[in-house]
Amino acid sequence: MPFLKRRRFVSVIGRKSQVPDGMWMKCPGCNQAVTRKEIDENQQVCTHCDYHHRIGARKRIEFLVDPGSFQETHMGLQSADPLGFVVEETSYSYPKKVKESTEKSGMTEAIVTGFASIENTRTVLGAMEFGFLGGSMGSALGEKFCRAADDAVRERLPMVVFSSSGGARMMEGILSLMQMAKTADGVRAMNAAGVPFISVLTHPTTGGVWASFASLGDIILAEPHAHIGFAGPRLIEGALKVKLPEGFQSAEYQHEYGYVDQIVSRTEMRSVLGKLLAYLAPQ
Amino acid sequence: MLYSRSIRPGARSYCIEELGTALAKLSQNNNSRGTAAHVLPFEKRIVELEARLEQAEDDDTRNEITQELEREREQVFAQLTPWQRVELARHAQRPKMMDYASRIFEDFIELHGDRVSGEDTAMVGGIARFQGQTVILVGQQKGNSTDERIRRNYGMAYPAGYRKALRMFEMAERLHLPIVTIVDTQGAHPHPDAEQRGQGPAIARNLLYLMGIKTAVFSVVIGEGGSGGALGIAVGDWVCMFEHAIYMVCAPERCAEILWRDASKKDIAAAALRITAHDLKEFSVIDAVLPEPGGGAHRAPEAAAQVLAQEIEQFLVRAKNGDWTPERRQEKFRKMGVWRDVV
Ligand SMILES: [Zn+2]
Repeated sequence: MPFLKRRRFVSVIGRKSQVPDGMWMKCPGCNQAVTRKEIDENQQVCTHCDYHHRIGARKRIEFLVDPGSFQETHMGLQSADPLGFVVEETSYSYPKKVKESTEKSGMTEAIVTGFASIENTRTVLGAMEFGFLGGSMGSALGEKFCRAADDAVRERLPMVVFSSSGGARMMEGILSLMQMAKTADGVRAMNAAGVPFISVLTHPTTGGVWASFASLGDIILAEPHAHIGFAGPRLIEGALKVKLPEGFQSAEYQHEYGYVDQIVSRTEMRSVLGKLLAYLAPQ
Repeated sequence: MLYSRSIRPGARSYCIEELGTALAKLSQNNNSRGTAAHVLPFEKRIVELEARLEQAEDDDTRNEITQELEREREQVFAQLTPWQRVELARHAQRPKMMDYASRIFEDFIELHGDRVSGEDTAMVGGIARFQGQTVILVGQQKGNSTDERIRRNYGMAYPAGYRKALRMFEMAERLHLPIVTIVDTQGAHPHPDAEQRGQGPAIARNLLYLMGIKTAVFSVVIGEGGSGGALGIAVGDWVCMFEHAIYMVCAPERCAEILWRDASKKDIAAAALRITAHDLKEFSVIDAVLPEPGGGAHRAPEAAAQVLAQEIEQFLVRAKNGDWTPERRQEKFRKMGVWRDVV
C-alpha cells in the first residue's frame, strides 16, 4: 500500500497533466504532494506547512460565518467605465476586462458585502475577491464599502473586512484614487459611531487599499505570509536598484514593525474573530 | 535577516544620494531660470520670442513680437500632446511650494519634525500669515536647484513627512486655524525604510483625519499630484489645480508598464488616464481650475502666485462665513466615483 502511494506521488510531480484533475496537487509552500481532499477539508491550507492557498470571497464567507447566516447586500453595485478606458493602440478595453473577469470569477465586483453571524455575533462582513481584476479598488468597490460601513453604523454592528487587493483600479484613473479618501471616510463614520472595525489582511493587500481602510482597523489581523505593503517591491527595486530580501512586506514583517496585531491562520480565523466580535460588539 | 534591520540612520541619505546623482546627471546646469537644459522642445520658440521682446528697442517691434508671442503660445498650448502636458507639469522651472509660499504669505514660520521619528525635508509645514490672518501651511517641496532637490528628496516624503503633516493638521484644529496644503509630488517615497515605518498606514491616517477635521482645508495641486502621496495632504473642502498641473492615480509611464509591459507607451497612458485639471474638474474631483499665465506658471511665477492668492482669499472669506463644514466635505468625497446600480 505505501508503495502504491509512492508511485502515484512520483507520477504527480513528473507528469502532472496525466493525473486526474483535482485529486492531487503540489503544495507551493513545501513542495509536497497533497490530496485535494486534504486541502479542501482544511480550508485550503496545507496540512504540512500551513501554506494558505488563495481563496475567493465566496469560499471565505463559507468558511467563516455561521451556516446559513449570510445575507448579501448591495449586489447591484457594479463597475462602470467613467474614463472610457478603451485604448485601440494596445487593444485594451476596460469594459471587456470587467466582463472577462466576471465570467472567470463569477463575481460582479471585487468585494462581496453582507450581514452575517460569526459564532453568534451579528456583524457586517466584507470579503474582497482577488480574482476580480486583482481585487483592485474602483468606484463601485468604494461605494460598496461605504454603504456596508453605513449599515454597520445604522445597525450598530461591528464590521469585518477581508482585504485582498493589488491596489487602485488604474482604469478608473483619479476616481479610483479618490476611493482611498472615500473608504477612509467610511471608517471615520464607524469610529465616530463607536462601532468596531476589524480589518483582516490576506494575500496580497497592497497600494491604495493598504493606504486606506485596510490599515485603519481598530484591530488588524493578517493571514500568515500574506504580502502587505504600500509601494510594490518591483517599484522599490526599480527606483533604488536594490534587491529586496525575502520576507520584506510579509505579514510577519508588518507584525514585527507594529502594523498588524496578530497573525491568524485561516483555520483559526473563525474562533479568533468570534471572540473579538463577542467582546467588542456594541452592547 | 530583513533588509530594513541592517539599515542604519545614515543609510537613508545614501539612497537619496544615489538617486540624486542619477538625476543630477540627467539635468545638469539647471540652477538658473532659462538655461537650455530647462526649455522643453515645444517651448523653444516661445523662449526665443520672449528674449527678443526683452531686447526690443521701440514700441512697434515690441507690439509685433508680443502678437507673435501670443499666437505662438496659443498654438503650442492648443496642440500639446498628453505626454507634453506631463512634461509641463513636471517642468523643473515650475514654481515650487516655497516659491508660492514666499510670494503669497506675509510671513512663514517653518516648524520641524513629526514628534515621533524625525524630520522629513520633502514635506514642509508651519505657520503662515495671509492678509493678517494666521493659517497652517503644509506642502511638498520638490526643490529648485540640484542641491535642493537632493536635500528635499525630490518632494517624495517618508512616513515622517505625513506624520509631520498630521501634527500640523491636529494643531490647526485645536487652535481653530484654517489649513492650506500645496501638493507637488511624484508620490510617497518608495523605499524599504518608508515601508518599515508604515507609509501606507501614515497616509491612511491622514485621509481619515482630514475627512473629519473641524477646521477649513484648502488644497491646491501646483505641479504634480502623484497618487496616494498627494492625496495624503489633499482631502480639502476646496481642492483646486493649476491649469497645467496633473493629478493621477499612477504615473503614465508606470501605468503603461503595468498594463502593457511597455513604458514607452506612456503617451497613450497619459491620454487614457485623464490626468489634466480640466479632466478632474469634469469628474468633480476638484472644485476649480486656476488659470495660468501665458506659456505656463514658470514663465510668469508672480502672476501665477496672484491667481492662487486670490483663490485663497475667497476661500478664507467663505471660511469666515462658516461655509466649510466636515459634513459638507464628507458628502463631497462620498459622491466621488462612477458606478452602476443594476437592480
Ligand atoms: Zn505545504
